[in-house]
Parts: sequence; structure tokens; C-alpha cells
Amino acid sequence: MKLPQAWRQPLAIVGGVVAVAWLVIAVAAPLLAPHDPLAQDLPRLAPPGPGHWFGTDQLGRDILSRVMYGARLSIPLTLLLVALSVLVGGLLGACAGYFGKWADETIMRFADLVFAFPTVILAMVVAAALGASLANAVLAVLVVAWPAYARVTRGLVLGVREREFVISGRLLGFSAWRSLRVDVLPNITGPILVLATLDIGTALLLLSGLSFLGLGAKPPSPEWGAMVASGVEVFDSWWVATFPGLAILTVVLAFNFLGDTLRDALDPRTARAIKERAL
Amino acid sequence: MTDPTAVTERATLLSVDDLVVEHRTPGRPLVRAVAGASLSVAEGEVVGLVGESGCGKSTLARAVCGLNPVTSGSITFGGHPVTPLGLRRRNPALSGIQMVFQDPYSSLNPRRRVGAQIADGLRTGRDTTSSPADLLERVGLPRDFAGRHPHEFSGGQRQRIAIARALAARPSLLIGDEPISALDASAQAQVARLMRDLAVSSGAGLLFISHDLSVVRLIADRIAVMYLGKIVEVGRTEEVWNDPRHPYTRALLGAIPAPDGAGVLPAELPGDVPDPAAPPPGCRFHPRCPVAMDVCREREPDFGPVACWLHEPA
Repeated sequence: MKLPQAWRQPLAIVGGVVAVAWLVIAVAAPLLAPHDPLAQDLPRLAPPGPGHWFGTDQLGRDILSRVMYGARLSIPLTLLLVALSVLVGGLLGACAGYFGKWADETIMRFADLVFAFPTVILAMVVAAALGASLANAVLAVLVVAWPAYARVTRGLVLGVREREFVISGRLLGFSAWRSLRVDVLPNITGPILVLATLDIGTALLLLSGLSFLGLGAKPPSPEWGAMVASGVEVFDSWWVATFPGLAILTVVLAFNFLGDTLRDALDPRTARAIKERAL
Repeated sequence: MTDPTAVTERATLLSVDDLVVEHRTPGRPLVRAVAGASLSVAEGEVVGLVGESGCGKSTLARAVCGLNPVTSGSITFGGHPVTPLGLRRRNPALSGIQMVFQDPYSSLNPRRRVGAQIADGLRTGRDTTSSPADLLERVGLPRDFAGRHPHEFSGGQRQRIAIARALAARPSLLIGDEPISALDASAQAQVARLMRDLAVSSGAGLLFISHDLSVVRLIADRIAVMYLGKIVEVGRTEEVWNDPRHPYTRALLGAIPAPDGAGVLPAELPGDVPDPAAPPPGCRFHPRCPVAMDVCREREPDFGPVACWLHEPA
């Protein structure tokens, strides 16, 4: 099998392999994990070594198993979060761009309102107001993440809605919704897909950031952000915070690499540059 | 009053009366793209609308489809006033006007099979007996093209597909907004003739817009010449071609290269089209007119069929 040129990049391959590896770990965690992630039956704060390769935490739980089970929390929730942001932001942005006038003004002023606050602070405020739980953290990140999609979608819709095939459809009697669904949206999915892929990393960081601050996952659930937070309490035992932190780092990097590659693959201008340095 | 050049035996399908269309751009002067143009198309008639780039012919065509808001004047199609196309569905009474656009590369949805796009037209025309493949056949393309995507086709083929989609809606008026200007020379006359033949055989009127008088001559029953937002001459094709009366029409005809091997360069019309935001006073053509008189600088000739003081009706 031959990969397209844009995907034959070192970063693309690394990103793809790491992302697939994490997905496999998330799916097969019960088979792969050597211990029960919640059982407190190992020596406390044991450094990495045989039997517990990532060490144990202050309650005697195996960190390797907890990191593996953490993938089952963080990765699906992040994907769900990004999917919801694309849906909400994309729909609102498409309405703003297509219908214009008051719909545009209302939706985009709300988006500007959200943009006016620092992302993390606003997410913290929303999460704190809703109460600390992982579901509420997802909701809070959704509140701060949709405007980016709304803005991009609106701009793309504005560019496509005056194209001649869209006008032809309207002349044939398409309703505005049908025109949007049939002629406009299918022609702007590429850039939104790129944005979404690049955003997976940011969303994961924000989500585990909220858990780190105690506004997301509750103990004892093996959420990576919460695990880093518990590791901060025992700074001498470096392994407690380091391994969940590395998990976050690798997932974020992998999806950023994938997003970059996707963008290059879909953008004909950079595609030429890639060809010159392809493997 | 009767218009001597109108085709009287056929009922009027489209009538454009003293149409004014203005383009407003914030921070820039108001542009009168169409400044009081009148034009009619009878049922089954082919009218060619010609003029230089920027003279307002496309704006006129878009206004007829309801795509540009009308400042003053009226457009009537089959007894119905043409209303601007907003966010609501188009008035079904107006779906008898269909348009073929200039750019073949943006006139088809790149994400949909051409069969599905032609089927949209069939639905609009409430045609349950024809299939998209039948329409493709009518525009001279193989039936199995229906299953393909637009990127697989050349510009000329795409324009044929766009014509098929417009015809599928069974329009009584087909508008071609420079449908051939993006095609290469060999495809231009073919596509123009195809449009004419299909419109005539289905009984539809055709308003064919082009800057190329020599192609329009081949297909039009009547020719209307537009200059800077106004129709300056209307007449039967052979009359306009053989005996042009407005100096601008003469200049346009003189600019067509003659393939006679004599090596005579076409005459050039001096000067550029003036800025439609600040048209010259009097006759709009007088700064470039070789036979301009005093009256031309002062008063605008707003009569027809030839809007020129040399041809003022008695």
C-alpha cells in the first residue's frame, strides 16, 4: 500500500503511530494493564521497577495501569468534545454566514464575547459554576471552544455562498436550508476537519487542565490531569506526575502532527513544498 | 406607440422597463451599473445582449433572475413582477427563468455527481418522465456521465452540463450570462448554437449575453447593444449586423477581425468605458464618438430603438 505524498513525512508517521497506539491502549486497557487501576495493594510510592514499571502512587496504586485506564477517559471525552464543538460552532457559524443580518450579528457577538475572555479562566468559571465533574468540565470546554469553529465556518460559508452553483441551486427553488446542506456545507468540510484535528490537542490540554485544578474528574478516577495534580503533592517521587504528564504530551503532539499533515495535504500551495522534502 | 423592431406576432415573455440597478459599496461612490435600460424578450425568441466588459450586461441579467435589487423600473416575467431572491424559496412562478453562468469551473457543485445536480432541475420542472441521462444526451454528452463528478470534465463539457441542468427545469426563459467567454474558441460557437437550438426546440426564449458580436450574430433573432448601463441600439440581427446605426455599434462591428487574409487590422475604438460612477453628461458615448455634435454633449438621447441624436425618431 502506498501512502499519499503528504503523509510520507516523519512527523505524520510519528503522529499516526502514536495516535493509533493510544487508541489501542484505550480500547484494550483491561487486557494490557498489569494491575487494577483502583486497587491500593502495592507498596506506596515505590519507584519504577519490575512489577510496576511506572512506579506506584501515594495510595499504592500502579501508575502504568492508571495511565492506561486514563486513556479510556481522556481520549473519548476529548473526541466527543471536539465533535460537539464542531457541531455547535459549525452550525451557528454556518447560520451566521448564510443568513447574515441579525442572525450574523447575534451569533458573532456571542462568539466575540467568549473570545474576549482568556480561555482557561472562562472554562474554569463555567466548570466551577456547574460543579466539579468530568461531564461539566466537557461542557465548560465546549462553551469556550465553539466560537473558533463558528468564526471559521462563517468565513468559509461567506466565500462559498456567492459561488455560481449555490446561486444555480437557489434559482432552481432550493430553500435556504437545502442550499446550505446540499451546496454549501459539503464544500467547506476540509478546512473544518483540519481545525478539528489540530484542536484535539488543545481540548485535551484544557480538559485535563480543569481536572488538574480539581474542576473535572473526581478521585479516584484515573484521569491524567488529576493524576498530575496528585503527583504535585509528592514532588520527591517524580514518577507520580511525570508519566500521566507524558501521556498528555504524546497525545497532544500526535494529534497536532496529524492536523498539520492534514492541512498540508488539503492545501495545494503547501502540497508542492512537501513534495520537495518528501521521504 | 409600437416598437418597430419588436417581434409582434409573439407574446412578450420578459419585459424590462427603464431598469436602474445601483451597486452600493460603503466608502465608495454609488455605481449605476444599469441606468435606465429597457428590453423585451418574446416567447421562443433569441435575443443577444452585447457590450464591452463593465457595461452592465451581467448586472441586467442578474436583476432579471432576482439576484440584484432593483433601484427603480420594473421587470415582468409572464405577467409576474420579478421579486428579489432573498432567503425565502424562490417564487415558483419565476422558476421559469433559469440561468447559465460564465465560469464553468464554479457553476457545478464539485461534491455532487452531475446526475444528482441535473435531477434537481428535473424536480423543479416537475418532470417525472425524463432522467438526468436523457438531459445529458440532449446536450450531446454520453449518458453514463451522470455518475461522474464535475472535476472529471473540461470547461465545455461542464457548460453543457450546466445547460442540461437549467433545461431540466423546463424554463420558458433561459439566460446565458457570458456562457461561452471562458471556453476556448473551438467550443464557443458549438456551445452557443447548442443553447440556441435547445431553447428554440423547447419553445423557450433565450437572452444570450456576450461581448462577442460575431458569435451572437450566429444565434440571435434580435440584438441589443448596451453601453454604460443603457441599451443604445436594438434591432433584428441582420439589420444591426448589415446596417448598424449607432456609432457605438459601428465601432463594435469594426473591431471584429476579418479572416479575409487581407491582413487589415480591426479598427480600434479610442478611449475606455467611462467610470459608471461618474458618467459623462449628455449622451454617454459622446467622449468616444467620432461624430459627436453639440446636442450630444448637453442632452441624453433617451429614445429607441437607436439612442443617438442622428437617429432621433420623427
